[in-house]
Amino acid sequence: MMKKLLIAFLCVPWLAFASGEALHLDKAPDRSHDLPALQNGAKIFINYCLNCHSASYMRYNRLRDIGLTEQQIRDNLLFTQEKVGELMTIAMRRADAKQWFGAAPPDLTVIARARASEYGSGSDWLYTYLRSFYRDDSRPSGWNNVVFSNVAMPHVFWELQGEQVLGPDHKLTLAKPGLMKPEEYDAMVADLVGFLNYMGEPVQNYRKELGVVVLIALAILFVLAYALKREYWKDVH
Amino acid sequence: MAGANVEKYKSDGTTAGNLLEWLDARFPLMALWNDHLAKYYAPKNFNFWYFFGSLALLVLVMQIVTGVFLVMHYKPDASLNASGVPVAFASVEYIMRDVPWGWLIRYMHSTGASAFFIVVYLHMFRGMLYGSYRQPRELVWIIGVLIFLVLMATAFMGYLLPWGQMSYWGAQVILNLFTAIPLIGNDLGVWIRGDYVVGDATLNRLFSLHYLLPVLILPALVAVHLIALHEVGSNNPDGIEIKKKKDQNGVPLDGIPFHPYYTVKDIVGVVVFLIVFSAVVFFMPEGGGYFLEANNFYPADPLVTPPHIAPVWYFGPFYSILRANTVNFFWIDAKLWGVIFMGLGVMVFFFLPWLDRSPVKSIRYRGPLYKGALTIFVISFVILGYLGMLAPTPGRTLVAQICTILYFAFFLLMPIYTALDKCKPEPERVTG
Repeated sequence: MMKKLLIAFLCVPWLAFASGEALHLDKAPDRSHDLPALQNGAKIFINYCLNCHSASYMRYNRLRDIGLTEQQIRDNLLFTQEKVGELMTIAMRRADAKQWFGAAPPDLTVIARARASEYGSGSDWLYTYLRSFYRDDSRPSGWNNVVFSNVAMPHVFWELQGEQVLGPDHKLTLAKPGLMKPEEYDAMVADLVGFLNYMGEPVQNYRKELGVVVLIALAILFVLAYALKREYWKDVH
Repeated sequence: MAGANVEKYKSDGTTAGNLLEWLDARFPLMALWNDHLAKYYAPKNFNFWYFFGSLALLVLVMQIVTGVFLVMHYKPDASLNASGVPVAFASVEYIMRDVPWGWLIRYMHSTGASAFFIVVYLHMFRGMLYGSYRQPRELVWIIGVLIFLVLMATAFMGYLLPWGQMSYWGAQVILNLFTAIPLIGNDLGVWIRGDYVVGDATLNRLFSLHYLLPVLILPALVAVHLIALHEVGSNNPDGIEIKKKKDQNGVPLDGIPFHPYYTVKDIVGVVVFLIVFSAVVFFMPEGGGYFLEANNFYPADPLVTPPHIAPVWYFGPFYSILRANTVNFFWIDAKLWGVIFMGLGVMVFFFLPWLDRSPVKSIRYRGPLYKGALTIFVISFVILGYLGMLAPTPGRTLVAQICTILYFAFFLLMPIYTALDKCKPEPERVTG
């Protein structure tokens, strides 16, 4: 009786947890240890994103993490009067941006961490989102997005990707090809998302490397601590 | 406690010995050492569950130390910087990026908050397994519940400080609960927030209290908890009093000095804890979205309410009890019932020593009724915690209501089922 009650009791919650429709996200390729890809991502980010979106917790010279020298950063990635130690801010005023786009473009420094959900990592979301724009003449910008419906941002990469349309079956098809082949475009987005993921937590690779060392040290300490305990406790019966 | 009648330390002639004699003549150093460590006799049969007390102390110290360093760079300021980001939020990212080792200290602190609740929940569960709250340890238990209350308040206040979306809206929801109190509710809410909504005033006062409570109040309560414990002596997995059987020197036959036996044993526990803790800090600092929630990487925005506001996992059970109250009843609003039951859900622990009528303390000698009741209670608690993190649906609310009833039934029916239970006889001596 008791056991049956318990089993019934354990089953009840699962009925309640049957969830609604899931958001399908494509898995973002891992670029975390691919320095050329991350450098390419930084270049795309600074050229295409950093005009409207800030990355205001990130300093330019932090890009040394991904294999660039300060001189390279100065020569290739700084376009105005910024100094290499400055934060990656933008000149556009938020009040203006809000008027122009309907919403001020969010800061993107930690966007890859903010977009994580039960459907996938933040990188997965960004990777899917940046490949899911389609033509929608009902929108002020002329663009809409499958992952982020009625998004205020227009399709910044439309020349590269071309124009997708949303079919009646809710599938995207490429109606007008762009400058890049679909594989090239996907690879470019993967580089950009890789960079956004790096920028979300620049220390992440080092953190994991250090973690291995810390765990090994603690494992050794455990052996010593356990031996010490056994030595003291051998006369306790 | 440390008395004046204790024999004072006599120097052995060395410099260290002379210094110790000088100190001990002016401060009860040896008496404290003996009372709480070297001559504090703990039962020799402590098992796995007895690690969590010392681990809770370790986490408290770690939270204070990392917190002190975080404060050196954190800025409790809700105003927007030139990039339109709240200064408080930006200062946390500054710690994560520009402060040397700031990321490690911050992750230790954020993971430490969750670790604190894990070890404290397990520590409390130990008390329920072996009847550690029973006579003569009622006061130890009561102070423990007080520590738990202060810990919850501290964690809630700390969670506001990063000033992300979840911080902001979580605080908005919880502080709004005070407005459910009849007559004075709205004024009380404004008085607590310092504003009509959660704002800069709220952030600053919660920051102030997030320093006061854990640095002053918690260590004081922990000290009282330990002094009271060492007065009555530790319980053990058999739930019998080792002080009943003493040798000719007055030392319990089943007792061993806390130092060195349990100090060396607790070091093993500490290292194992640090291995698990480091695995989280270094490999999954977000704790799968449970320790650092993704939505909290968006800066607080008072104009954008997130579709789903969830508390951190450790408040889940109590948040579920709050939301399970959906019926206006006795002219009282459902929201106020929710607040009342959420409060009772914590307060009821205070009464545990007097609700339990069992002739034995330990689960080892209790009958099937208590074992079944404790099992159902733990399952209800876990389900409530899980539901607390999910958006409510009618089905989930029903499950939460069932679990809330079971949660309270565990306590309210305890005098009946513990008295009826078929217990086994307790042993004379501890069984190892």
